[in-house]
Amino acid sequence: MSEYLYVGKNIPRTAEVDKVTGRAIYINDLKRPGMLYGKIKYSEYAHARIKHIDTSKAKKLPGVRAVITGYDIPDVRVGFLRDQTVLKKDKVRQFRDEVAAVAAISPEIAEEACDLIEVEYEELPGLFDPFEAMKEDAPLIHEVDARGRPIRTNILPLPWKFEAGDIEEGRKASAYIVKDSVETTWVNQCCMGTSGCIAEFDMNNNLTLYNQANVIFWDKRRIMEYFAQIGLKDSKVRIVNPIVGGSFGTKLDTDIYEFIAIQLALKTRRPVKILFTREEEFFALPPRQPAIFEIEQGCDKDGKLTFRWAKAILDNGAYTSWGATTPSVMMMPMSSLYRVPNVYFEAKCVYTNNIYCQAMRGYGNPQATFAVETSMDHLAEEAGIDPAELRLINCNHSGDVTPMRLKITSCGLEECIKGVKEKLDWDKKRGKRNGRGVGMASLIHVAGGARVYKSDGHGMIIKVDEHGHVDVMSGGTDQGQGSPTALAQIIAEALGFRPDDINLVFGDTAFGLWDAGTHASRHTFIAGNAALEACAKVKRQILELAVVELPKLIKHQIKRQKRKDPDFKEPDLDFSLIANPEDLDIRDRIVFSKKDPENPYFRTEVSNILREALHVGTGKSHVVVAEAFYDPPTEMLDREFKGNLSCTYAFGTTGVEVEVDEKTGEVKILQLYAAHDVGKAINPTLIKGQIYGAGYIGVGYGLTEEMKLEKGRVMNPNFLDYKMLTAKDNIPVTPMIIETDEKDGPYGAKGIGEPGLVPTAPAIANAVYDAIGVRINDLPITPEKVLKALKEKRKEK
Amino acid sequence: MKKITVSFTLNGDQVEAEVPSTWNLLRTLREYFEITGPKEGCGVGECGACTVLIDGKAVNSCIYPVAEVEGKTVTTIEGLAGEDGTLHPLQKAFLENNGVQCGFCTSGMIMSAKALLDENPDPDEDEIRTSLSGNLCRCTGYVQIVESVQKAAEMMKDKS
Repeated sequence: MSEYLYVGKNIPRTAEVDKVTGRAIYINDLKRPGMLYGKIKYSEYAHARIKHIDTSKAKKLPGVRAVITGYDIPDVRVGFLRDQTVLKKDKVRQFRDEVAAVAAISPEIAEEACDLIEVEYEELPGLFDPFEAMKEDAPLIHEVDARGRPIRTNILPLPWKFEAGDIEEGRKASAYIVKDSVETTWVNQCCMGTSGCIAEFDMNNNLTLYNQANVIFWDKRRIMEYFAQIGLKDSKVRIVNPIVGGSFGTKLDTDIYEFIAIQLALKTRRPVKILFTREEEFFALPPRQPAIFEIEQGCDKDGKLTFRWAKAILDNGAYTSWGATTPSVMMMPMSSLYRVPNVYFEAKCVYTNNIYCQAMRGYGNPQATFAVETSMDHLAEEAGIDPAELRLINCNHSGDVTPMRLKITSCGLEECIKGVKEKLDWDKKRGKRNGRGVGMASLIHVAGGARVYKSDGHGMIIKVDEHGHVDVMSGGTDQGQGSPTALAQIIAEALGFRPDDINLVFGDTAFGLWDAGTHASRHTFIAGNAALEACAKVKRQILELAVVELPKLIKHQIKRQKRKDPDFKEPDLDFSLIANPEDLDIRDRIVFSKKDPENPYFRTEVSNILREALHVGTGKSHVVVAEAFYDPPTEMLDREFKGNLSCTYAFGTTGVEVEVDEKTGEVKILQLYAAHDVGKAINPTLIKGQIYGAGYIGVGYGLTEEMKLEKGRVMNPNFLDYKMLTAKDNIPVTPMIIETDEKDGPYGAKGIGEPGLVPTAPAIANAVYDAIGVRINDLPITPEKVLKALKEKRKEK
Repeated sequence: MKKITVSFTLNGDQVEAEVPSTWNLLRTLREYFEITGPKEGCGVGECGACTVLIDGKAVNSCIYPVAEVEGKTVTTIEGLAGEDGTLHPLQKAFLENNGVQCGFCTSGMIMSAKALLDENPDPDEDEIRTSLSGNLCRCTGYVQIVESVQKAAEMMKDKS
């Protein structure tokens, strides 16, 4: 097997030098000539009828160019279930409801104008608890659906129900059964760069939208659908990403502020920028979907899982974004984390007057894994089996087909569990109940694409010019994960160039071919495979040209040498060694003969070949370019939510040791090992960055982060009151990279963007239990909750 | 709107700005001078993305009144690389050790680190973490940022 030059190496991120010199242009920095600033007027109530909107004062303010309300723009519904309009004119259903918007020559004037807009409301009773909202006599948050048909319940018409095997049979076969209630709350994605966009129309009504979308082609489609309904069906739409200041799920949906910017730009005929403040980022952007679970699991006397049954209630908030689809991902750990033959899972999403939710790193997986993995520990205790052992008994293995019909290809789960166990010195440390404890949790996640859209493809165009520069037009996006480096390594390796030669252009619907987006940990896998296909074609083209041009170059060279040195003896060259493309290869920019690799005459830079092939002086010149479109051989989930939606799956285990201060209730993490089956590490340093970063967000999810909502209002919309971890928290995360060489992955790689976050919180909860003997089943595990649980435990005694 | 004129040294140049008196330094840098390396992540001094050096000290420029900068020396991320484009060891180390992901916090993070290393060329991990504790990052978990600062300190020591 050949030694890789770049794959597996810690290539620095020099492609992103702009980010360390202050030159990278984010949406915050982008200005367009004549640009106006848009601001949004939000609701003052969680639930109210709008009686009157008076914009007259705002319109008179100098510097204001447009004030719009729901009465000024077409009454078109948008969103996943088309359950909201861009501006709300009859009723508000949450505090973030957009009631009016202003475009002005400065953000201050726009804000002042927003304050001058007078809205008269008639307050309605609010629903802030999904259980209250599910009651038969609960007031309705939505009266009619997208088609105008009356709605009779606050429960969303979504079909989240999964069944496999027979739960009753499973119960009968169980020697031990546990049942738990588990709860996770709202957390904010906390992108350091706040949300924003610039909408700009040309005089033909074609739109360029500078935004941070991570699924640019779906974003374009949603806007095209909107345009079709507002009389702009012939307008063209181009989405352009500047550098993106973090995503973590926030850029999956097209948000309402983007439609507002579009409407303001249409009205003023000027580019309009909307940029969120941090406060807006907290209260007007959909956070992670919270979930309340009831979960029951059983095992036989040997510890083999017999069944898993779970029901989830999701507080959907007032409208529907991707949060309502998180149950489709929850089904994955529910059905397929560990071998479990009989599974039942259902989820109800319920309208309330709280903030509505969307995607966040891991989608529904962290929520569901928190339920499954805390319950696994409970079951282990009930059965008298070591929790690590219970996991190993039921471990997934290569070749398994899970109840969801996921086909497990490579699987490093056993190695992950055992590795973490060893590092933690598990057998020695577990079960002491002395304020220190160890705990673990594992995960399964898609790692070879995720066929949630009918195309899970990625298009890539690669050209190599006569200077030897490789320009790559990717349909994908980058939000900081490092694809300009990781993909450059894959392309350089496959093409025989250097990573520095590769210039990756992405995040522009005009240049890229379709890509299903940088989400679901799919980018390296899918774009990497597209790159391999495109590179194979490009390389073939270069070698075909080389067969023609290399002999000519050699003859020129010999001629030159003869001219310089009359005594030069012409070498005896066997040109049959370079007669076919198959005889040649490229490595480190050099074309060479595979049969005589060291022969200097048979070696030349690719650029020499391409220059000769281009500047031929006849009508037969050539350029080198190829495209590839890779759509993985996977299936959509069927009506029962079964199907192999990913080429391969990621596995991993997080193990932690904690110390709990029984006086203050504080949980301190002493060690955190995160073992991940990454297939093959294209760039170990970058992979560790994903594991560290995701692990930190996971620790925040477990211990500190919580959006506090009081009657629908976000009470902590700032970094003082919302506790994101800082450098000072110093969580000792140690990544453990397990390589399983996935046969379908580019150079064996699997996705790793989300996994690190998924098992962190349950591992902490399990360690806390091991330390003090109380189970905290609702996140985050705050000192208050620990103290309360300890107090209750003492009372029981 | 009442305007004021302030003169100060910005990345080695003597500059003057006439801006509304209510502006903070960050806005002056970004809008008047088009120095957009310092970022606004929160606008209230909680995230550190706007960190610049004022007379060598790391400061949240978003809450620094522009009038206060009169006569002072301001260094932003733009002033860090050499005139010939040579990267500062911190900039190099951040690229080499994956101390940068999305990059939004990076300008501020590097400037906080610069203030530290200028004062303490040989900081231990705890000192690094303390001096970066006002700079929030969502991507990295800080580990590789701390490593980058350690590597930069080594590079700077080798040089001197």
